[in-house]
Amino acid sequence: MVERAARPQISQVRRTLVKVGRTLTTPLVPDDYLELLNPRWSMRELRGHVVSITPETPSCSTIAIRPSAPWRGHRAGQYLRVGVEIDGIRHWRAYTLTSDPDHPDGLLSITVKHVDEGAVSPWFTELCQPGEIVFLGDAEGSFAVPEPVPAKLLMITAGSGITPVWSLLRGLAARDGLGDVVHVHCCHDEDDFIFGRALTAADEREPGYTLVTHYRRDHDRLAPDGLDRLCPDWRERTTFLSGPGELIDTFVAHWDEHGDRDLLHLERFQPVIGGDATVAAGEGGVIRFRVTDFEATSDGRTSILEAGEQAGGTLPHGCRMGVCHTCKCTLIHGRVRDLRTGEVSGIPGESIRTCINAPEGPIELDEGHVVIKGTNARSQR
Amino acid sequence: MNPTPVAADKQGTMEDPNHPLNRLTPEQVEELGRELQAIHDEVFAELGATDAAYIRRLVKVHRRLAALSRIALMNSRFTPMLVAGTAGLSVAKILENMELGHNILHGQWDWMNDPKIHSSTWDWDNVTPSSAWKHSHNFVHHTYTNVLGKDRDVGYDTIRIDHRQRWKPAYLAQPAYNVLLAMFFEWGIAIYDLDFPAVKKGRKSKEQLHDEVRAIGRKAGRQVFKDYIAFPLLSGRGWKRTLAANLTANVARNVWTNAIIYCGHFPDQAYVFTKSEAEDESQGAWYLRQLIGAANIEGSDLFHLMSGNLSFQVEHHLFPDMPSSRYKEIAPRVKEICEAYELPYNTGPFLQQWWSVPRKILRLALPGGGPRPKPGPYVAPPVPAHASGGDALRAPFPSAV
Repeated sequence: MVERAARPQISQVRRTLVKVGRTLTTPLVPDDYLELLNPRWSMRELRGHVVSITPETPSCSTIAIRPSAPWRGHRAGQYLRVGVEIDGIRHWRAYTLTSDPDHPDGLLSITVKHVDEGAVSPWFTELCQPGEIVFLGDAEGSFAVPEPVPAKLLMITAGSGITPVWSLLRGLAARDGLGDVVHVHCCHDEDDFIFGRALTAADEREPGYTLVTHYRRDHDRLAPDGLDRLCPDWRERTTFLSGPGELIDTFVAHWDEHGDRDLLHLERFQPVIGGDATVAAGEGGVIRFRVTDFEATSDGRTSILEAGEQAGGTLPHGCRMGVCHTCKCTLIHGRVRDLRTGEVSGIPGESIRTCINAPEGPIELDEGHVVIKGTNARSQR
Repeated sequence: MNPTPVAADKQGTMEDPNHPLNRLTPEQVEELGRELQAIHDEVFAELGATDAAYIRRLVKVHRRLAALSRIALMNSRFTPMLVAGTAGLSVAKILENMELGHNILHGQWDWMNDPKIHSSTWDWDNVTPSSAWKHSHNFVHHTYTNVLGKDRDVGYDTIRIDHRQRWKPAYLAQPAYNVLLAMFFEWGIAIYDLDFPAVKKGRKSKEQLHDEVRAIGRKAGRQVFKDYIAFPLLSGRGWKRTLAANLTANVARNVWTNAIIYCGHFPDQAYVFTKSEAEDESQGAWYLRQLIGAANIEGSDLFHLMSGNLSFQVEHHLFPDMPSSRYKEIAPRVKEICEAYELPYNTGPFLQQWWSVPRKILRLALPGGGPRPKPGPYVAPPVPAHASGGDALRAPFPSAV
């Protein structure tokens, strides 16, 4: 399966015309022919073109994008899947939306930190030019300030983990919600502080916003036991935590032991699959793979991908943690449970990621294209 | 090494000491597999913008040609438009089914991660739904290639194409129904993909059959409506001519694809295997079976394009997920491997390859029949004398010792 961009919203009139036109263009759609005349006339996938690239720090830039169709809006703190084509290959990554949901010019922005060994971030920070085409997914994510806004807030961020909190802070400021916010940010130094100048200015101007910086140039890594010094009343505050995985793990453990876990909200950039004890396991079930014609069984904690491989199957896969979408298969029958959230879903014809879903009862899948070299494993099936 | 003399009726069977499965040691077979896998990995490491540009250009060429041909046929009352439209539509349908559809459905372009050119989203201009095809063709045929009783493409359940298939009287009619099958090949494939024998044996559920029949019904309904109702209606008084043109284009595509596909595995050169020969095979043995179970067709670049590069059937069977545009470039390396391991490299001009198929179909309509002679190991043609001097001048100097 393949990761797709969002579908732009189209008018009822256009939808009807497409339906009628399809009888002539089947198995293609009219848009496939329209785009031969002008690529902008195709409404099959939401695209955007890059308007500007603004450096935030020496290794981080904000990319402003104009979507090809009116933006459906998002909540502050959400992220956006963005697809870029590099040397003929389309790559998808998720980046926090750092633009305001109601930008007057309808622009979006993402803020990208350069990762040396990355395939996509160096493209944004070094190669991307205004006018470049990118593909846009839907806004996703549930990192948000609850309603009504809690009286006392604490933000803990590290490195590029600041981006969703930047969006939350702007959202709060826009509705006068900066009543009592303490923000502890950890990074290497001032030069490495993404949005550092704007936040320092806000610290001076806004009485309700207090910025506490923790520079690794001067200190050790930010640790939970430093909180009593940096923000003594942290136990009473509704806290938003965003940063690298190890930082999150140590702070979550600290809250479990000394604080109120219900007051802690997280943004992990790398999901935990199956190992999270707070997510209820499902009933599992038998998985039938229709193309290569075999069956596997999951106990409810084992992903479809792992169960299929244990049964000797060859299945498409990539990151194995729900990010890359390489493993997507089409659901023919049955329901699946998301191992990260415990949510049960599934309608026939939907494409699902096998690495993060377990069957909920018997299911059947179309696993798409495979090449099996040597019939050893399953010749006697 | 000269091949050991062997009786004609033993050639290509396991009683033939020259059969590649008899002649190579298991270690050699594994080494062969590794060498072929290395070609695959090398090409995949290189795939990039140039390859992507090729397939996108071809998609555009096909769509422009299809659109222009349909527009021409709306004016089919003018004979030049009728002729141009029919020819254009036939070519468009062939391009779409072969170089685009077949190859995209194999996942050859999945590495681009482009949802518009991807095996999971592509549907072709053919009555067979792509999902059923991926099972019967990509999985069954490409995994169990030429294994009697496993690969249903050996005779497509209806043709006696190997003397080891048991004769029954119905085969007497096979020369006649083969002509019909060629003309309506897409319908034959749609029915074949339903795999009625599996339902009969209980290996496939009635529920699945029901799903698939409905999918074919939907797909075929749309195809028939487009070619035989909608476009003729748009041609006004020329509707009869447009209808005939669309039928002609579909039949032309069917006959052409049928000929190319028959040339892939049915020529005399290709080996057919029994279940026991292919049982518990290693990756190397799988590669070997693909190599000697397929046959190429020689031709021009245009011919290769029109055959969807299935004229490189050997390379396609070794690497079914490799972009077809790369087959031509790796063919010399596959030949070198064949020469080094003294294996055949099945190839020949189109008419020679094609003619051996009806000849076999005619012969095997009657009881009996025996194996056909198999080609010996591939030997590279001698390098012309005038070329060697030039190579010497171009070689690194001083030459390595």
